[in-house]
Amino acid sequence: MSKANLLDRRQVVSTLLADRKDALVVAGLGASTYDLAAAGDSARNFYLWGAMGGAVMMGLGLALAQPKLPVVVVTGDGEMLMGMGSLATVGLQKPTNLSILVLDNEAYGETGGQVSHTSAAADLVGIARACGIADVKAISTLGEIKIFAAAMQDITSGPRFANVKIDTAELERVLSNRDGMFMMTRLRGALGYAPI
Amino acid sequence: MHARTEVQDAQWPEEIFAILQRHDVRQVPYVPDAGHSRLIQRVLGSSTMRGIPLTTEEEGVALLAGAWAGGQKGVLLMQSSGVGNCINMLSLTQIFRFPFLTLVTMRGEWGEFNPWQVPMGSNTQGVLELSGIRVLRAAHPSEVKDVMEAAASQAYSACTPTAMLLSQRLIGTKVFVK
Repeated sequence: MSKANLLDRRQVVSTLLADRKDALVVAGLGASTYDLAAAGDSARNFYLWGAMGGAVMMGLGLALAQPKLPVVVVTGDGEMLMGMGSLATVGLQKPTNLSILVLDNEAYGETGGQVSHTSAAADLVGIARACGIADVKAISTLGEIKIFAAAMQDITSGPRFANVKIDTAELERVLSNRDGMFMMTRLRGALGYAPI
Repeated sequence: MHARTEVQDAQWPEEIFAILQRHDVRQVPYVPDAGHSRLIQRVLGSSTMRGIPLTTEEEGVALLAGAWAGGQKGVLLMQSSGVGNCINMLSLTQIFRFPFLTLVTMRGEWGEFNPWQVPMGSNTQGVLELSGIRVLRAAHPSEVKDVMEAAASQAYSACTPTAMLLSQRLIGTKVFVK
């Protein structure tokens, strides 16, 4: 069931990445990874199939290593809740090239749609702000996604965080590759690093 | 039994720092431990390394995977209790086969005063090994340099996920006084 006034996750991610240029994208496990795959495969995509709670930290490590490239983490509310402390770690490091977009359907969609803490209590925007991330916003329109997509190209003004409420429609899974060594080698290769 | 203060005069934290520098380590995530305090100070004062305080140790495993994807090497500094916090995230060392190195200061052994440190400290090595991490241990100041050379070499040159345990005997048993 989907509510008419909430955004479609696939549309959000494809709009976010329509003009991504050289951006590096990390997707949290589950539906976020399928959304990234649906938006189009790239050597600069990093699809997580596990490591729940680790997406923002992988984005942080990548952003600190590649300060001249935009790095964006796209993940779900459940994954973000598990890695909430990483927002405090980002708030302390303040990587100016890192952007975080949470696709918040207020539920654990991959496991049967059980409601998450954001459905009734936890406010991820407020949490990110309180962790020291200055540029935070709640997004509810595709127009705002376009503005966020343009802002994420600015590697001098992050970190930024946005939470977008999406509908709970269950979409067909678009499976990315799930071979970590392949992805690691492919991404490093795209950045000019040879295998060991 | 050593008093904790002895670590203030020990040479081995400097030896570890020099080896990390030589391997061009750039990102140093940590959850503080008294046994790591000198090394953390050196990292925070370094122009080439970035010390990154974590809220929980598992963050550091994911951070180092991202760092390697972006072309940088790192090392995770934590206490033995933190190893338990890392277990699922250690999957990344098997999934990505990246040059993972962690330096773990041990509690829960060698005259431990605090029983709450014992369960995790007793199982730290086992947990790491079950997670696919090779474990090396240094128990005496004179062997830290050699063990660290080996740990860094196999982690960074052979992408062999490695933990170096720094024994409580080495860092000194924490003294609790009222």
